[in-house]
Amino acid sequence: MTSPRPAPDQHPEPVRLVGHGGEPVAPPAPSHQHHAGHGGGPPLSIWLVDVSVGYEDRPVLEDVDLRLPAGSLTAVVGPNGGGKSTLLKLIAGLLEPWGGTISVLGGRPGEHARAIAYVPQAEAVDWSFPVAAGDVVMMGRYPRLGPLRRPGARDHAAVANALELVGMTAHARRQIGALSGGQRRRVFLARALASQPDLYLLDEPVTGVDNATQEDLMAVLDAEARSGKTVIASTHDLASAAQHFRSIVAVNGTVVAQGDASLVLNSDVLLRTYGGHLLFVGERAMLLDDAHHHDEAPAGEVHHHEGTPGRGARRP
Amino acid sequence: MTALTEPLAYEFFVRALAASVLVGLVCAVIGTYMVLRGLAFMGDALSHAAFPGVVAAYLLKAPFYLGATIAAVGTALAIGWITRRGRLRGDTTIGVLFAGMFALGVFLFSTIPNYVGDLFGFLFGEVLGISGADLVALAVLSIVVLGVVTLLWKELLYSTFDPLAAAASGLPVAALEYLFLGLIALTIVISLQAVGIILVVAMLVTPAATAQLLADRFSRLMAIAVVIGAVAPVGGLYLSFWTNTASSALIVLVETAAFLLALALGPRTGLLRARRRAVDS
Repeated sequence: MTSPRPAPDQHPEPVRLVGHGGEPVAPPAPSHQHHAGHGGGPPLSIWLVDVSVGYEDRPVLEDVDLRLPAGSLTAVVGPNGGGKSTLLKLIAGLLEPWGGTISVLGGRPGEHARAIAYVPQAEAVDWSFPVAAGDVVMMGRYPRLGPLRRPGARDHAAVANALELVGMTAHARRQIGALSGGQRRRVFLARALASQPDLYLLDEPVTGVDNATQEDLMAVLDAEARSGKTVIASTHDLASAAQHFRSIVAVNGTVVAQGDASLVLNSDVLLRTYGGHLLFVGERAMLLDDAHHHDEAPAGEVHHHEGTPGRGARRP
Repeated sequence: MTALTEPLAYEFFVRALAASVLVGLVCAVIGTYMVLRGLAFMGDALSHAAFPGVVAAYLLKAPFYLGATIAAVGTALAIGWITRRGRLRGDTTIGVLFAGMFALGVFLFSTIPNYVGDLFGFLFGEVLGISGADLVALAVLSIVVLGVVTLLWKELLYSTFDPLAAAASGLPVAALEYLFLGLIALTIVISLQAVGIILVVAMLVTPAATAQLLADRFSRLMAIAVVIGAVAPVGGLYLSFWTNTASSALIVLVETAAFLLALALGPRTGLLRARRRAVDS
């Protein structure tokens, strides 16, 4: 294990960041048991201490401290470019950390890769690719099958079950590009489900989808979390984060705050997370339109544009 | 009828038929992944990059397979490495190395004082001149390439479609990428005698591109590409025999014709669809 870090109390933060009491301890060495317990609470699934990471020589996240127990349902919120996707990739083992200590499912990132399901942003996918929805979901089974073995009865059952859970059974044979945006997200969540992971890492899983899809997918993820799986999803939709997730991690160059869903109502946290994008009107903080690229604003979220104060300018 | 059976009386024709069908098959399989990975240009680059290897092997009296393999695989790995480390776009690196390696081949070629017909065969293909030993080597290399794909088709597919998710779930995506570049290089070496450096890219890309016009499932796409890849050489060789013209050119022209036919009749691009639309409106 690398050097233990000083207590985070050094950071003068208005909100207690980490929800669990007690002194922070460095993550267990990868050789320890699968899920290291801590202080009698649920076992930790994710444990980051003093981690920094970036691309080329540009740092994106610095001094990240984060602890998430198994069974948590966590939204990662923050401005575009604040490091939401980077944090997910770091935990997924897709990026080498520059420094610090990371424990994922009790091992190094990537060590328990088959127990991890990662779903990239919709923009990262080639939708013209010649695969049907069912083929995509079956890919979730490939890593555990290994070379040579063809999908068997258990794999087909897992795929059918996953498609059923997301309501896509009827569309299994359609090419993915022929599906709507919401249906595509359903299929990708089904792929994650079919791989039967312990950890879900979802990059903007409900961005740009209709409300029904959002409700359906969040219900599935909620059930997974309640069964002990760890679910971490990025979103730039604060209303959705507060409504659907049980814990929030606010990220902007580092982990600004971590806590329960009420965190997004804390104006101090919002100010530190979104900085200049935030507009205060009396007691209420409002997020100025932060390049939201979903088609319609979810219920409860009003977008304010500069120059039109006080008028919720909804996207056409 | 005799027009079909007559050429079969010639041993060289039968050998050529076997070689080109095998080459068409392997090219179609590798080409399917290539097209989906956006590596069509890579095929052209690696075939040209093999040329200095072929010439060097000739000068050193080594087997051409060896020289071509070293040059093509070396270039493939160099392209992968430079692109990852040098922060250059893939097509930029390919453009530089492709022309540089081919120039090296032309330079080495020009150092040979007398006319060397054999080497021209590698540029334009000379499948009718393929020997029994060449055919055996070709068959062995084909089995190697097809064997690796049979073993790893799922992993190659997943890492092509969604490399991030595949890597996160434990597939060695970078290693698969290098392995696939190696497979492209080997496929090109296999194809050099049959179709030649300049036309190999068509054997790789055209069947898969044709299949893409017709299929929207991977398994069907691969199947259509393989059928085109295996049948086109037969048609091309017969046409070449009857008209006494260049065999490699006719093989490629048959594949190109198949592509144009698919373009004209395919469900997405076809004239039939256009007419149906006109009727509907």
